[in-house]
Amino acid sequence: MLSFVTRRLLSSIPVVLAVLALCFLLVRIAPGSPFATERALDPRTKAMLEEKFGLSGSLAEQLVRYGGNVLRGDLGDSLKFRGRTVAEIIGQSLPRSLLLGSISFSLALGLGVPLGAWAAAHYGRKTDSFLNSVALLTLSTPTFVLAPVSVLVFAFGLKLLPPAGWGTLSQLVLPAICLAIPFIGVCARLTRGGLLETLGSDFIRTARAKGVTETKLVYLHALRPAVLPLVAYAGPLAANILTGSLVIEEVFAVPGIGQFFVNGVINRDVFLVSGVVLVYCLLLLLFNLIADWLTALLDPRIRAAS
Amino acid sequence: MKLTRSALILLGLLGLLLLAAILGPIGSPYDVGELSDNHLLPPSSHHWLGTDLHGRDLLTRLMYGARISLLVGFVGASISLLVGVVYGLIAGYTGGRVDNLMMRFVDVLYALPRIVLVIVLISLFDLKLKAMLDGTLFAPFATHARLLLLFVGLGLVEWLTLARIVRAQVLTIKERPFVLSSRLIGQSTPVILVRQILPQVLPIVITYLTLALPAVILEESFLSFLGLGVQAPLASWGTLLADGASMLNPVETPWWLIVFPAAVLVGCLLLFNLLGDQLRRMGADAGR
Amino acid sequence: MIFRRVLPGWLGLWGLTFLSGCNSGPRADLVICNGAEPQTLDPALVSGQLEGRICAALYEGLTRRDARGKSIPAAAESWSVSPDGKTYTFTLRPGLKWSNGDPVTAADFRYSWLRALDPVSASPYAEILFFIRGAEDFQAGRASAESVEIAAPDDRTLRVRLKNPVPFFPSLISFTTYLPVHRATVEKYGDRWTRPEHWVGNGPYLLKAWQVNDRVSLQKNPRYHSADRVRLNRIDALAVTRASTAFNLYSSGQADVLLDKGLIPSLILPKLRGRPDFHPAPLFATYFYRFNVTRPPFDNPKVRRAFSLAIDKEAVVEKITRGGEPIALSLTPRGVPGYLPPSGPVQDTLTCKALLREAGYPNGEGFPRISILYNKSELNEQIAVELQAQWKRTLGVQVELRNQEWATYLRSLDTLDFDIARSSWVGDYDDPLTFLDCFATGRGNNRTGWSDPSYDNLLAKAQAEPNAAVRLRFLGQAEEILILQAMPILPLYHFVGCLMFDPKKWDGLLPNLLDEHPFSEIGPKGK
Repeated sequence: MLSFVTRRLLSSIPVVLAVLALCFLLVRIAPGSPFATERALDPRTKAMLEEKFGLSGSLAEQLVRYGGNVLRGDLGDSLKFRGRTVAEIIGQSLPRSLLLGSISFSLALGLGVPLGAWAAAHYGRKTDSFLNSVALLTLSTPTFVLAPVSVLVFAFGLKLLPPAGWGTLSQLVLPAICLAIPFIGVCARLTRGGLLETLGSDFIRTARAKGVTETKLVYLHALRPAVLPLVAYAGPLAANILTGSLVIEEVFAVPGIGQFFVNGVINRDVFLVSGVVLVYCLLLLLFNLIADWLTALLDPRIRAAS
Repeated sequence: MKLTRSALILLGLLGLLLLAAILGPIGSPYDVGELSDNHLLPPSSHHWLGTDLHGRDLLTRLMYGARISLLVGFVGASISLLVGVVYGLIAGYTGGRVDNLMMRFVDVLYALPRIVLVIVLISLFDLKLKAMLDGTLFAPFATHARLLLLFVGLGLVEWLTLARIVRAQVLTIKERPFVLSSRLIGQSTPVILVRQILPQVLPIVITYLTLALPAVILEESFLSFLGLGVQAPLASWGTLLADGASMLNPVETPWWLIVFPAAVLVGCLLLFNLLGDQLRRMGADAGR
Repeated sequence: MIFRRVLPGWLGLWGLTFLSGCNSGPRADLVICNGAEPQTLDPALVSGQLEGRICAALYEGLTRRDARGKSIPAAAESWSVSPDGKTYTFTLRPGLKWSNGDPVTAADFRYSWLRALDPVSASPYAEILFFIRGAEDFQAGRASAESVEIAAPDDRTLRVRLKNPVPFFPSLISFTTYLPVHRATVEKYGDRWTRPEHWVGNGPYLLKAWQVNDRVSLQKNPRYHSADRVRLNRIDALAVTRASTAFNLYSSGQADVLLDKGLIPSLILPKLRGRPDFHPAPLFATYFYRFNVTRPPFDNPKVRRAFSLAIDKEAVVEKITRGGEPIALSLTPRGVPGYLPPSGPVQDTLTCKALLREAGYPNGEGFPRISILYNKSELNEQIAVELQAQWKRTLGVQVELRNQEWATYLRSLDTLDFDIARSSWVGDYDDPLTFLDCFATGRGNNRTGWSDPSYDNLLAKAQAEPNAAVRLRFLGQAEEILILQAMPILPLYHFVGCLMFDPKKWDGLLPNLLDEHPFSEIGPKGK
């Protein structure tokens, strides 16, 4: 087990470095300067700033300089939010995104799996097609529609929840649900698909022949192997959901990390983008590792093999 | 493969949609670019779905938007299909170190948030493409350059999953007896790839297309929300919806600008998803 | 079984993130929606209005703006001007203290101004100090700091020698770049000195906390010289980007004041106009289009004139901006005492067609392919769509639209890679020069390629002129060249600022031309 983890970690180091380098280069070759503002900046000042932040010289030089700093544990300074380090910005905004994201992730799994199982148990009947359509509906609705509409309905129509802001539990409810909704649909569909496949397999037929009730069959026997595709999906899902979303954060004024992926690129804030991409990349690798471990735990065949 | 009744119904709906996109604008009494003083009118007998801020008829804009959205969806998905299949075939069939390196590259792109890639691609090629087109015969198409960018940009970020799936398939298929025998006969690699292996992965690929298509359309709508979608005065469903969503407020909302674009976008995505479901089910039945 | 293993860890993670992620304290006395996240709170580096507003609460300059936007004595109790209008001698109030107890001296001001000019600081606004003799040479690296004519002969006296007579200098120095910083703190912590744990200032408020994208928390400064007149103990300035979100926060009572013109969805402005909590006021800012005069067809003044005369500006403000904006006939908005900007041309559909014909494009025939460059935020696209339609209607010219994301758009502006481009300009100080200087030859903000020696000459004459009235007359003549003759720009409308607050609950907030709203004067009504 331990050697498996170590091997995986070692083999991911080049991937992480390549992602970071690619990200840095992409943002640097994009047209426009990180220091440009609507008010024109004179070339001398711009050159001074590039020098100060280590963005002078050729692209290769800049990349090597940045790579060296990262390896020493220094992610650099934000170019847009002057005087703040990337580490500080991530340190302030990541915990909030983790909090919101973990609630949404729990919602996505906690609602998606039972709904999917329920649909599978009623395969081919009205309940199934209804749930299936709802699931499709949720994952087809863009967040930038879902979020403002839910604000209008729940905050202004029903006056149940605050429309935006950060700091209290009630302010978490709407953004957490809006962030989770598309993924609830995906989780439900994956569970349903997995269940339908296992319900047709031999060991379930044997169990059914033994007289195990259909409900028990679905929820106890078949569910475990059936969630395998979901587990594989849950790794990237967790990384995505925990790093937040631009739309959710802007609509609900959540000071999270998600907006930096988009705004960082738009502002050409190269160190900030690279920093948040690094966070995303590490989370992705971590959760893929966990997903693989869970798969091994759930699937007797793989467990026997390792 | 035999089509089920629901698949037929879905295909019929798709046909209707395409028909509306192609013929609808011709039948409309309104010009898509014509501004009028009837701005922000709710649905009425003159404007069935109301008008927007500039007094343009929403129904006409939606039908034009269907062209753009479907075009972006089809072309984007096709590009991702092409790249993904070719990449997966080569990686899977070659195997060994090349395969390892190629899949590592996919890993890297996977770990790079695709929105970062898309924004950079669009802004980078926006200038380049215009400079290239200027002064050539193609200059009149410079306005549509953004559309081209969207095709390429979205196509180039969507292919990763397909490449992985195709590669995994090829890995198992290439050990099957019929492939081995073709190789023994001395058929060349391209011939084996195209004649023997490609038909085997095709069903998955077609199912994947029905999944990639809505994904590309949805992605384009998010880019529109960011202001990076198709160039005005062209409008996709995404831009129409994003424009509508930006008008949501607790005082007075022109609801028709959100409800109708949302309905067609979600309806269309639903259609493609259901179609994909049907195809997958038929594939599974056929495989059994 | 699996859940037994995973669940406790998951719950533990939750608890941890909850503690670190949520930090709800009691609500501040006043919660303000201030616009986007401040990019910096170092006054020498500030280039935006929203940062300037917070800096005005954290630092105090020699003069400051009051709630009406008027410049009043602040750290300086009095000043005198030499007869030639070029030497200002300021006397500081006695007993001024930094928030850590150190005395505020004239040397602090000299240090701060030189710091903003120092090329190493790379201040984006150093230009605004170029009125001081020797400042430009120092910033350009041509001279040393000693050659800048700012002197602090004793702790309470600051003497500044200017290049030209600048009648508005006392109000100019209330600008953010002229605010003082605490030398020891800046030198000790470098770039990190504005962190709340290091920060030292001399304004009415202290920087208590600064959470990225969340809020800046301000607390009354007990060492401020007029602390007894600062009305609120705690103020939170929220960072909110989206207009609809800010408006939602305000509507639900989570924010008391909307302070930025971009924080109200423009669609509902007509609906809000009758409400008592809606306070519109004209701003010293202009929305305009630039023509690229370096290449055809806009190198021909007749074409520029034709395009300007073809536009119905009323349609833009009525249909799109909707805030009761006055249409712009000149670049400089009205409101500077003694300065009546020249009145530019209004729509004239016959003349504009004739002009286009004279330029060689009868009814728009043979007109080259051109496009409007804009960045898609706020109303830029809607305005571009409207103008596109108007030009087609009046001139028969097909203009294309070209939307670029922010950084690319700025690059295209700087490299003159456009035909027509959307722009706006906000006046930094209440004098026409803040607008007109942009279009002098070779200025970074010119961004049209336009150059006219007689325009430059008039600006130079105005700046050398000690008589205020004559000076403004020269500026007026310069603006006439810009607006009536050469037309490298097409002014569309002047912005309207929109404050939102409940006048039954709050006072000390007054709409004014410069959009200045000092936090220290805001308080509950009647207290």
